[in-house]
Amino acid sequence: MIATPSSAPKTLIATADRAVLKKSRSNLYYAFRRFRKQRLAMVGLVIVVFLMIIGFGAPLLAPTGYDVADLMSANQFPSREFPLGTDTIGHNFLSRIMYGTRTSLFVGFAAVGVGMAIGIPLGLAAGLRGGWVDFAVMRLVDVMTAFPGLLFAIFLMTVLGAGVGNIILVIGLTSWLTLCRLVRAQLLTLREQDYVMAARCLGASEWSIAFRHLLPNALAPVIVAITLAVPTAIFAEAGLSYLGVGINEPTPSLGKMIADSAPFIRVYWHLGLFPTGAIALIMLGFSFVGDGLRDALDPRQA
Amino acid sequence: MGRYIAGRIAGLLFVLIMVSVIAFLLMHAVPGGPFAVDEKGVLPEAQRAAQMRKYGLDKPLWEQYVRYMWHAVRGDFGVPFQSPTETVLGLISRAWPVTIKIGVPTIVIAYGLGTLFGYIAAKHQNSWLDYTVSFGATLGIVLPNFVVAIWLMLFFSVYLGWLEPGGWGKPQHYIMPVIAYSLAPMALVARYTRSSVLEVMRTDHVRTARAKGLDEGAVMRWHVGRNALIPFVTILIPEIPNILTGSIFIESVFRVPGLGKFFVTSTQTRDYPMILALVLLVAVLWGVTFILTDIMYTILDPRVRIAGRPVQ
Repeated sequence: MIATPSSAPKTLIATADRAVLKKSRSNLYYAFRRFRKQRLAMVGLVIVVFLMIIGFGAPLLAPTGYDVADLMSANQFPSREFPLGTDTIGHNFLSRIMYGTRTSLFVGFAAVGVGMAIGIPLGLAAGLRGGWVDFAVMRLVDVMTAFPGLLFAIFLMTVLGAGVGNIILVIGLTSWLTLCRLVRAQLLTLREQDYVMAARCLGASEWSIAFRHLLPNALAPVIVAITLAVPTAIFAEAGLSYLGVGINEPTPSLGKMIADSAPFIRVYWHLGLFPTGAIALIMLGFSFVGDGLRDALDPRQA
Repeated sequence: MGRYIAGRIAGLLFVLIMVSVIAFLLMHAVPGGPFAVDEKGVLPEAQRAAQMRKYGLDKPLWEQYVRYMWHAVRGDFGVPFQSPTETVLGLISRAWPVTIKIGVPTIVIAYGLGTLFGYIAAKHQNSWLDYTVSFGATLGIVLPNFVVAIWLMLFFSVYLGWLEPGGWGKPQHYIMPVIAYSLAPMALVARYTRSSVLEVMRTDHVRTARAKGLDEGAVMRWHVGRNALIPFVTILIPEIPNILTGSIFIESVFRVPGLGKFFVTSTQTRDYPMILALVLLVAVLWGVTFILTDIMYTILDPRVRIAGRPVQ
């Protein structure tokens, strides 16, 4: 706020303030408006909200638990009683898909959390400190990039063993690179901007420059990258589970359901169609939201 | 130019050595090892020790590494533990051609059609053609290839009954793997072609070419086409080694006997020689492609000078 002359009457300042407030809305407001204008992004948002409700609400909404099997009603096609049919050992497939979605979302969010916990501090350290810290971090990133990612993930999973905790760790360990590189690049660009120079000239400390000037401005592309990292992580989980090194029984996983459907797919088509449909829906929803956020938050890149 | 290429190759060798050392250390640093179990169950300790001695795994790590690399540079990558009657080289030269036979038509279709679609979308910007291509490209990039593969199988094999759901040997076995595999790169190519053609079409030199009365075909060919090729070379050519090493998922869905399954079985059986060979194969392909890309870049775009000197 600009310092006002003390002689000015208080009421006048108040009205002037209100006028200014009315006219200029926050950046967030405009970003939200830009987001809402994109039809695909709104479709994505609806999909994501829907998936979260059926996924995280599965214990309340699903007709049965994920491990309730009735061999007498195995291998049924979709019907009124079983909207998505039943699988080869008689699970209600609707429950399996809902719990599988829950696993996908949980692993996706948690793995991106791990990736953030590694990538963002390293990127911050490299971008803010520079020098040997930057050198060391970037060499680590280089070597990790040169490594075949899928082979690395499969290898770690066979070593650690299948399981929800391990797959979150492994996907996190392979997904921090993008975030780290992005945060560092953002800081390097922003550091050279005139307004940072201005802040420095005004005597701002390095800490206040980092947290009040650099970070808020670096945030938009990072948020976009985080949103788009979620479908990538979910894809990785489905892929690893499909290969049999991801999530172990009895936790339901969409990727594992696809692999299990392979021997029966010529007859029981629903076993292949519904898990792939669920994965496709998850991937599309998050990608649409991510693309929409990019257009809304970061118009330069759009 | 000769010196530049020599320098790049030296750099590539350094990266290969680093990658192989790290892969080697990582393999041995983790708990567990080969020959711990076989089909009959847990191996007795003496038998396991004998196996370890046979393959030289009782030697110090550095000696194992030097020995492996010494043989590797002469083309001997050792014996795969998962199939001791063959050589690693034999196994790879049996499986990789299958993967390449899927990969080459994939590249031709993806890059050919992708360029065409991207070009059409850019020429008719904001028309329904453009929106269709852009939406299709988004779908192609977002949908995982094994999801597409299952859908193709459900549609062509189960619903229509036209194609066998998998297998290898007949020409019809190529159809579904190639389609499933080419969608993602095609989408990527279309998207990049569209945006780079649009960008070049807005530049001053294209407007000048039009203003001086050059016909539209010549403008698109010489002024837009050549410049729009730059991102093609820098971003899309590096995707090629990815395609040539195949997709584990596609090969597994359609039961194609390619390289893919060895990425899984080798890590599961701790098949050290095979893992190292696969890592090196991927790394060499990547490195060579990057060098070729940079050379093509300088030929296409004379503004780029290597190490401050013009290209001879």
